[in-house]
Amino acid sequence: MKLLTCPLNGKRNISEFTYGGEYHVMPDHRTSSARDWAEHVFFHDNVAGLVTEWWCHSASSFWFLAERNTITDEVIRTFKADEIYQQRVEFTAPETEV
Amino acid sequence: MPFGLLKYGLSKNYPAKHHFTPAKELKKHYDVIIIGGGGHGAAIAYNLAKYHGITNVAILEKSYLGGGNTARNTAVIRSNYLTEAGVKFYSESVKLFNNLSNEFNYNVMMENRGQLTLAHSDAAIRSFRWRAEVNQHLGVRSELVDRQTIAELVPNLNMSEDSRFPIMAGLWHADGATARHDAVAWGYAKGACDRGVELHQLTEVEDIEITNGRVTAVKTNRGRVECGSVVQAVAGASSIVAKKAGIPLPIHCYPLQAMVTQPYKPILTPHVSSPQVHVYVHQTSRGEFVIGGGSDPYPLYNTRATLDQRESLSAAALELFPFLSQARLLRQWAGTTDMTPDYSPIMGLSPVENYYLDAGWGTWGFKATPICGVTMAELVATKKVPDLIKPFELERFYRFEQVNEAGATAASH
Ligand SMILES: Cc1cc2nc3c(=O)[nH]c(=O)nc-3n(C[C@H](O)[C@H](O)[C@H](O)COP(=O)(O)OP(=O)(O)OC[C@H]3O[C@@H](n4cnc5c(N)ncnc54)[C@H](O)[C@@H]3O)c2cc1C
Repeated sequence: MKLLTCPLNGKRNISEFTYGGEYHVMPDHRTSSARDWAEHVFFHDNVAGLVTEWWCHSASSFWFLAERNTITDEVIRTFKADEIYQQRVEFTAPETEV
Repeated sequence: MPFGLLKYGLSKNYPAKHHFTPAKELKKHYDVIIIGGGGHGAAIAYNLAKYHGITNVAILEKSYLGGGNTARNTAVIRSNYLTEAGVKFYSESVKLFNNLSNEFNYNVMMENRGQLTLAHSDAAIRSFRWRAEVNQHLGVRSELVDRQTIAELVPNLNMSEDSRFPIMAGLWHADGATARHDAVAWGYAKGACDRGVELHQLTEVEDIEITNGRVTAVKTNRGRVECGSVVQAVAGASSIVAKKAGIPLPIHCYPLQAMVTQPYKPILTPHVSSPQVHVYVHQTSRGEFVIGGGSDPYPLYNTRATLDQRESLSAAALELFPFLSQARLLRQWAGTTDMTPDYSPIMGLSPVENYYLDAGWGTWGFKATPICGVTMAELVATKKVPDLIKPFELERFYRFEQVNEAGATAASH
């Protein structure tokens, strides 16, 4: 069984993890057009080579990032999201009349 | 009798005929360039030449004809999907498949043995009932069957109520079939080449030239070729090739693995699939049991086989067919599948005016080969999108109008 290093729990069997998609900078949902939002949600770079992507250690629900080579299947490194995210991401929507 | 054959073999009156174009120089210009010599590329070329009189066509294949997913699939042909768009599209393909050997005068070994999908939960039964209704409404043979009927259809299936996931009901699809995948690619390519299409193997498209929103030429490892229009039909390389034309796609590539046992006496007639235990099994006419299931758990451009998948496929297959416990595995392999978020293909126009897409075939595209040939050729020849493939256009993702086929493809094939 392949092993993956969780930044919180250490080396674990890869079957304990869930792949969470490519890492992308999220457009601001308050200002982005529907088209840009669709592209962010559905479209992928799908690179053959080095990628940065989200993973989750399912047993502890811990989300983190990994750098992986999608041709050789080598994981270069895994790291905590706070290397990239220094601030809370704001998800609140503008108030609308219902 | 063997000597009789030898006489034909050695006689000059019966020279061996080349199936395909022998290797030769690329022309400077083709009216249509098809990138990718899988079943789809060959089928599109065949239809362009035979039904639209467009013969100045080149199929550019980086490796060899039909060596991609066309060679790797488990050859399941069916039309019992869930959405109206999907059922209409795939059922046309099944009809074309049934006549394909006649169409080519070349045996594709179509075997109409039916497909049985198993329900191990109330939720699955509900969704099967829904699928059967949609299917019947659109003229597809598909019905919910009880345990007794299942035991009659597949006498050696493990019907025990003590198993981990006892079988509760099934979806019986009499139209389900298999065909010889290589012969499908060869039949189309031969028919296309007989009519003047050129197949160029070991010819990789490395770049695509675009001027004023139109594609004008492609660059290959064997030089630059000008073109009237381009169709890309490269399955696992869809994102990579589309990117050369500046087109982003909603595709992620996952390996899909399958395996096959040594040949045994005929014992299993239909194709049996279980979305719950993630496995499907059928026995080929040569006697091998073909075993497939779900995709790998994360994206990868690599066709290695894994022990994990071999274990889980074997465990699931034994749950359904305990008699396979002594069977010996012959091979295990993988293909790189181009998965879309809604489990439907991406076909038709692209943001580049004369560049057409035949992509997003994931784990389900073999069965669509004939209808892709018909509809994509019609699109290229007439510039009008055929109704049958309108729902599958790339633009659907920008309009949040996915064609949700996820329910019907839980066990991938
Ligand atoms: C294990 C497995 C089981 C499957 N089982 C089923 C099934 O039971 N039923 C079903 O319907 N579908 C199944 N599928 C899916 C099916 O195999 C594919 O969707 C289908 O074969 C796609 O056909 P294609 O002609 O588009 O692609 P391919 O046959 O992959 O052909 C694409 C070709 O493009 C070439 N190419 C790539 N890049 C370039 C380039 N830059 N220049 C030139 N050429 C290039 C490749 O070499 C390749 O030959 C399965 C797939 C796998 C992997």
